[in-house]
Amino acid sequence: MTDASLRGGEPTRRWSWTDPKLRSLVLQGLLGIFLIGMAWAILANAQANLARQGIASGFGFLDNSAGFGISQTLIPYSESMSYGRAFLVGLLNTLLVAFLGIIIATIIGFLVGVARLSDNVVIKALASAYVEVTRNLPPLFQIMFWYIAVLAALPNPRQSLGFGIQPLLNALGDGAAAIGLAPLGAALKGFAASFGTPGVFLNNRGLVIPRPLFEAGSDVVGLALVAAIVLIFVLARWAKRRRVATGQQFPVFWTSLALLIVLPLIAGAATGFPVAFEKPELKGFNFAGGIRVIPEFVALLLALSIYTAGFIAEIVRAGIVSVSKGQTEAAASLGLKPGLTMRLVVIPQAMRVIIPPLTSQYLNLTKNSTLGVAVGYPDLFAIFAGTTLNQTGQAIEIIAITMAVYLTISILTTIVMNWYNRRVALVER
Amino acid sequence: MDVSAPPAGTPASFVSPGMIAPEPAPISTRGPIAWSRAHLFGSPFQIILTLFGLAVIYVVVPPVLRFFIFDAVFTGTGRNACLPEVIGRPVGACWPFIGAKFNQIVYGFYPEAERWRVNLVYLIGVVLLAPLMIQKVPYKRLNALLFFGAYPVAAYVLLTGGNLQLRGFLLSWVGLGPLVTTIGQAIGFSTGFWPDYVISALLVAAIAAAAAPVFAGSRKGAAKTALGAFVILGVVLAAVDINFGLPWVETRVWGGMLVTLVIAVTGIVASLPLGILLALGRRSQMPLVRIASTLFIEFWRGVPLITVLFFATYMLPLFLPGRFTIDGLLRALVGVALFASAYMAEVVRGGLQAIPKGQYEGAQALGLPGGLMMRLVVLPQALKLVIPGIVNNFIGLFKDTTLVLIVSIFDLLGVLRAAFTDPAWATPTTVVTGFGFAGLFYFVFCFGMSRYSMALEKRLDRNRRH
Repeated sequence: MTDASLRGGEPTRRWSWTDPKLRSLVLQGLLGIFLIGMAWAILANAQANLARQGIASGFGFLDNSAGFGISQTLIPYSESMSYGRAFLVGLLNTLLVAFLGIIIATIIGFLVGVARLSDNVVIKALASAYVEVTRNLPPLFQIMFWYIAVLAALPNPRQSLGFGIQPLLNALGDGAAAIGLAPLGAALKGFAASFGTPGVFLNNRGLVIPRPLFEAGSDVVGLALVAAIVLIFVLARWAKRRRVATGQQFPVFWTSLALLIVLPLIAGAATGFPVAFEKPELKGFNFAGGIRVIPEFVALLLALSIYTAGFIAEIVRAGIVSVSKGQTEAAASLGLKPGLTMRLVVIPQAMRVIIPPLTSQYLNLTKNSTLGVAVGYPDLFAIFAGTTLNQTGQAIEIIAITMAVYLTISILTTIVMNWYNRRVALVER
Repeated sequence: MDVSAPPAGTPASFVSPGMIAPEPAPISTRGPIAWSRAHLFGSPFQIILTLFGLAVIYVVVPPVLRFFIFDAVFTGTGRNACLPEVIGRPVGACWPFIGAKFNQIVYGFYPEAERWRVNLVYLIGVVLLAPLMIQKVPYKRLNALLFFGAYPVAAYVLLTGGNLQLRGFLLSWVGLGPLVTTIGQAIGFSTGFWPDYVISALLVAAIAAAAAPVFAGSRKGAAKTALGAFVILGVVLAAVDINFGLPWVETRVWGGMLVTLVIAVTGIVASLPLGILLALGRRSQMPLVRIASTLFIEFWRGVPLITVLFFATYMLPLFLPGRFTIDGLLRALVGVALFASAYMAEVVRGGLQAIPKGQYEGAQALGLPGGLMMRLVVLPQALKLVIPGIVNNFIGLFKDTTLVLIVSIFDLLGVLRAAFTDPAWATPTTVVTGFGFAGLFYFVFCFGMSRYSMALEKRLDRNRRH
């Protein structure tokens, strides 16, 4: 062919078996036939097996009554409701633990990651120990550890551990007394008595927290909160535009904080403080009032956040280290203080390195939330691929739906994070 | 004024005859005081941080040491040895519990008389793996071949007992079973497998030779390759087919560390070749191959491992012809292998992308066909680059092996969880002791591997700079 084209004449269109294009077509054809054949064989086998075992197929079971209870429901649910409703309950439980886990893991991860770069050797060593221990123990091990070894070993509700200012001051007082500062200890304990009883309790039946009670007018407070958030966005944009245009700084953070506190407070004052908190109180052998968070949720959330935080810490550290030293030095030579250097120079550049692996950690956390099934947390997987699969036996539909849900979450997160990543990506000039 | 030059050899008086001794550095920049100022007490905030850190250490370290060492019980034969009210002192870890359950932890319920087989598998594994991990030891290729090729087969035969009594190969599938059985029995075999195998091998070789020109290959070469593959496969099949006189041990009685290591090693051994193929497929020029590989990779990476295990446990049996039943452990292994190969593919793809285009072009300029270019030029470089990534993958896989306990396979954690319910060892500290032991096991393995991967990374980095 090349000879022909070199001679300048028409390339001879000789039909040859050794033509790479033809070969690739043949190979792809074979692969296609193989894949279709396999899919056909799988379908045929599945049909035959299902018929032989007398398992129904199709998605009709979603409307059938589930008949099992769920220990944590964010939306109203009862045993007589359908499998479809149970699916929704499970999905919401998964999203709840994933969402809270991502927030907690991010906070711990960023703190530990920065601590690993600290000049302070004690803090640095602690942060390194945290990262090594949490990353090298399997997540399932950690979940079971928290559930079986820690939460199950807690005292019963009557001897619950209380959390709040009062117990904290009491503990500090005990500590002070233990190291020989008896007067300080007594003073701290006396100070503690002036606070109310704690509102958060931890015992072997879970975590008990106050329940917010929304009375008439609380929607006004909510609106005020939303308004504050919107205002902050507008303010931030305006401040940035002004800074770019004129170089003048505006204290966005403090203004935002003030807005966030003051606006709802004003709204609350105007409507007579409609949001109250119902404190849990010990009545007999258990707590009345408040919200009881099941121990499975506590164990799963703790384990997932602590485990993922170890990875996030490493990502954050790597991201900060990746910003070249010249940037810090240049910022210092411009007269920026260390805090400002970090905020305006280092972190924006580090974020570019941090975001992609951070996304995959968020996804990992969401996927790892399925491990809650080992301790009985009613997430999507436990409800659907666990109980529902056992009851209906429709493995194909149920596992397909479960996989599809996680795939969808993965894909959606990836899309959103890619969009964000493109926004913060380096704009090459 | 006498201005005569100084005699040669004597130094000029205005030039110092020696080096002036260096001044000691200011006290504020050296020694323990300066060090503690820089690293502990530089500012009020630093002091608070240091105190906070010390408080955390004080709260965590002594109780842990006390529990696992100083207050721990090391000898005893039952729960009474670990009850504080019986021995009259606070009790930490109950190590006799681990001692009593040690055989279960290592072997599961593997029959006692056959445990030497498990030990032998462990031993061969260490003997093959250790030289593979040390850079200076020669014969890496042979070593890798033994570890990734021969070892799994040997381990399979040792652990299960082998002696599969294979019945038939390709010809039996197309309905010629009775024919090959008669041939086999005529020449002294109990089944028709080996005649079937030999005839199938010759047939496939003939087909390969016939089709070779289509792919611009030589007939002789194609036939040789096909026969070679059949010889290797034949050796493997012979190994699992021959009756070595080892009793069959069901996988259901396997457990503990054995299962953990079997899953981890199978995952890595199976995922490496599959991952390489998928990675090459994802970078292929052929759209169908590329799309199929990408979909496969992204699908498995998008779902949690536990759904993959459920898929393998509950769906896989439905997809196979009715007469097939797959062993429970094998199902989990299939799931883990599929899952791990998707992750491995992404690691390998990273290596492939890191190879400069010049290497591909150089190989093409030398006239190497695609397959040889990959095998001789690109893959050796790419794989070497991603060894740390592969080790990291292995760490993840090792941690993920714990998930099989959700599909009722008793790995280390599963065996321990079952042991917690043993009333003979019900003490307040049994559970924490068990977790301490399992935690140490996982930590030692994972931490060791991650340090190894870091050292490798450093070495590869150094080598690259030359």
